Amino acid sequence: MFKILKKEEKSDLVILFEIAAKDIAKKAKPGNFFILKIHEEGERIPLTIADFDRDKGTITSVFQKVGKTTYHLGILNEGDYLSDVIGPLGNPSHIENFGKVVCVGGGVGIAPVYPITKALKEAGNKIISIIGARSKDLLFWEDKMRKVSDELIVTTDDGSYGRKGVVTIPLEEILKGDQVKATKKHVPSFEDREVVQEPSVNLVIAIGPPIMMKFVCKTTEKFNVKTIVSLNSIMVDGTGMCGACRVEVGGETKFACVDGPEFDGHKVDFDLLMKRLQMYLVEEKVAMDMYSGKM
Amino acid sequence: MEEQEEKKEQKKKIKVKMREQPPLERIKNFNEVPHGYSPEEAVEEAIRCLSCKRPTCVDYCPVEVDIPGFLKLVKEGEFLEAAYKVKETNALPAVCGRVCPQEVQCESGCIVGKKGEPVAIGNLERFVADYEAEKGEVMIPEKPKPTGRKIAVIGSGPGGLTCAADLAMSGHQVTLFEALHKPGGVLIYGIPEFRLPKLIVEREVEYIKKLGVELVLNAVIGKIFTVDELLNEQGYDACFICTGAGLPMFMGIPGENLNGVYSANEFLTRANLMKSYLFPRYDTPIKRGRWVAVVGGGNVAMDAARVAMRLGSEKVYLIYRRSEAEMPARKAEVHHAHEEGIEFLFLTNPVRYLDDGQGNVRGVECIKMELGEPDESGRRRPVPIKGSEFQMEVDIAIPALGTRANPLLPKTMPDLKLNKRGYIIAEEATGMTSKRGVFAGGDIVTGAATVILAMGAGRKAARAINEYLKWKYWDFSGLAISQ
Ligand SMILES: Cc1cc2nc3c(=O)[nH]c(=O)nc-3n(C[C@H](O)[C@H](O)[C@H](O)COP(=O)(O)OP(=O)(O)OC[C@H]3O[C@@H](n4cnc5c(N)ncnc54)[C@H](O)[C@@H]3O)c2cc1C
Ligand SMILES: Cc1cc2nc3c(=O)[nH]c(=O)nc-3n(C[C@H](O)[C@H](O)[C@H](O)COP(=O)(O)OP(=O)(O)OC[C@H]3O[C@@H](n4cnc5c(N)ncnc54)[C@H](O)[C@@H]3O)c2cc1C
Ligand code: SF4
Ligand code: SF4
Ligand code: FES
Repeated sequence: MFKILKKEEKSDLVILFEIAAKDIAKKAKPGNFFILKIHEEGERIPLTIADFDRDKGTITSVFQKVGKTTYHLGILNEGDYLSDVIGPLGNPSHIENFGKVVCVGGGVGIAPVYPITKALKEAGNKIISIIGARSKDLLFWEDKMRKVSDELIVTTDDGSYGRKGVVTIPLEEILKGDQVKATKKHVPSFEDREVVQEPSVNLVIAIGPPIMMKFVCKTTEKFNVKTIVSLNSIMVDGTGMCGACRVEVGGETKFACVDGPEFDGHKVDFDLLMKRLQMYLVEEKVAMDMYSGKM
Repeated sequence: MEEQEEKKEQKKKIKVKMREQPPLERIKNFNEVPHGYSPEEAVEEAIRCLSCKRPTCVDYCPVEVDIPGFLKLVKEGEFLEAAYKVKETNALPAVCGRVCPQEVQCESGCIVGKKGEPVAIGNLERFVADYEAEKGEVMIPEKPKPTGRKIAVIGSGPGGLTCAADLAMSGHQVTLFEALHKPGGVLIYGIPEFRLPKLIVEREVEYIKKLGVELVLNAVIGKIFTVDELLNEQGYDACFICTGAGLPMFMGIPGENLNGVYSANEFLTRANLMKSYLFPRYDTPIKRGRWVAVVGGGNVAMDAARVAMRLGSEKVYLIYRRSEAEMPARKAEVHHAHEEGIEFLFLTNPVRYLDDGQGNVRGVECIKMELGEPDESGRRRPVPIKGSEFQMEVDIAIPALGTRANPLLPKTMPDLKLNKRGYIIAEEATGMTSKRGVFAGGDIVTGAATVILAMGAGRKAARAINEYLKWKYWDFSGLAISQ
């Protein structure tokens, strides 16, 4: 049994839990996730380890209520228990000094992008972060993100806070700006143009809804900037045993839970990911309807 | 008079049938198919055993159960004694009686089988184990003096359970680590309820807990702790790895990632471990197909097909590239599958899955096969017949093509020698690996095999660990390794 030590309602839909899980906290690294099950009849769902405290022996998770299990999680309170917590799972993020990195977090994806951003910052990178959400009340961790970034840009789809629009708009500006700056600086001979046009952003990390990650990748592809995404495919065991989490990367089938969850975004088949996420739409609705009936 | 004698003789050639749920009824539920013997039936069947002086049946049992010995006790109505007799060499008789491939093991060696049906050793083993459990007289052996030694067993399948039990009986402090939220390995997540009721597995797990084994669930070793940490930091004196061969294989044909194409592992895990056949009472969903195609000819394929049938499918096809004679599944399961209306397509192989335009599978294209020259396994190799492609409509497809070694744990142990297919290299007789203090056995060493072989490996390793703790001697020559 795993105790919920702290609960924060970030918005109507987004909730933060701090869970007592000493051994997992000891091993957790940025990029890892865990799987939880609420009770005997429950489903196993994966959530990112958004933060951890080795001294307190806790892991932090921020999740969005989207269906039966996450709504049920949402009604649990401090002091309640989860029957199962399994982790840390997945490969940790590759952290080194890349130079300049743009970290993009969309919606509840801000939570998983935070520990990676923090680690990249600690490794000496210059960080520009872009966090976005549909509207102001779905935003969270602006302060935390600001602390680990050299520059932070906030967007909301409806313009209720920060810049109006989606995260790819400032992202494209940054990449273009780099390009312009680079071209200006050198004023090269024609032969050198290829080299000069290489933007100075070395890496983009993007975590959020698949559709956001897809468009981030489309944007960065134009500028040839390596982009890492974290795939949220449907999972069961999380250890490579079932194959539920199959994704296609560079034309090859990979298991997101053990080969990922992070992959080179330019190689990911996002359309397949999005289709696979819809596999249980009918069943999820049945479960949710039954659950709300009970509420 | 003479005629009567003859009839009796004739009857002796046939084993006592086990009563079963009728096929049309059982495909609507997940309850166990056979009902088991009554005491009278058990005695009647046991009488068929000739109590051979040189019992050839025993030679074919991987753990050498004293078959004539326990059958003699059944004949005498000493059912509890019979159960204890079996348990001298086989820790999980209720499981083995149900899932051992008896037709190629004990029963294949039975002399009575030469002139008729062999003695139903499996059925009787099951009977005595169930009898013991029902009577509530499960014997808990006296706990031996604690040795103060700590052993870690990784993986709670049949191999891990057996090893943990044996080590506990030697007085060691045993911790059994399991990655999933329930113990039992394939017995829990793979083999369905109607073939092996989960209560039986739970009973066995309770038993090893009573022996003092500490069970740690939700512990993926390699992630939460490494083996080196167990040995060097947490004070374990030795470790037994029995993590199974759970990594599903796909054929690499087009359309395998369409919605509705499940690995058998996923399909069975959802159904068995997550109880999705009880959805929405249980939260985990599973697709219920109208027309289902299962690909493969082993126990896994048979289980997937029969689960699909019970989830209410109209039509379940089993596609197998060889002929019925080559199917590796237990004969009893094949027979049950036939009875339940599964349609077998032999000498057939899928070449691609068809998309409905929305990312869901709508059919499978197959090709007909013929048997050519024997391959390395001695079975005739199936070769495709050109131009024989045909399509069939299905909305669920379940490739059950076998498994590979899961690299998750070995990857964290660079000093552990693996063979080229990723299985752990371990000495056949002891389970000793290239890493000091680390033993391994079961499917992660041999590749997908059987419950009883994994149990055998667990027992041998327990013995070897006892020796190792005494002498601390480690010589891995890598000669007598099992493949
Ligand atoms: C590695 C990983 C990390 C994740 N991290 C986070 C996180 O930090 N915060 C967060 O809010 N969400 C995260 N998710 C997504 C989260 O797992 C799903 O939102 C959750 O499972 C939905 O369950 P539900 O029963 O509430 O909704 P449902 O009604 O069951 O489903 C809603 C949608 O969630 C997805 N989903 C359903 N079941 C699963 C499953 N077993 N595994 C994965 N996705 C599923 C499907 O797209 C589905 O359409 C992560 C997913 C993965 C794979
Ligand atoms: C569907 C199906 C039907 C079968 N039917 C039969 C049958 O009728 N008769 C028969 O004899 N055999 C049958 N088999 C084969 C038989 O079940 C296996 O050979 C046997 O279970 C192997 O036992 P094991 O102890 O090696 O491993 P498993 O039973 O595979 O158990 C391994 C356990 O280790 C756990 N684990 C894995 N990695 C880790 C880790 N890193 N840390 C912690 N725990 C870990 C797993 O979760 C699992 O619980 C069947 C197999 C399947 C899949
Ligand atoms: S353990 Fe298996 S092979 Fe041995 S006697 Fe029992 S059923 Fe037969
Ligand atoms: S070989 Fe057959 S008849 Fe002989 S002891 Fe074994 S079970 Fe009995
Ligand atoms: S979740 Fe089962 S293999 Fe990835």
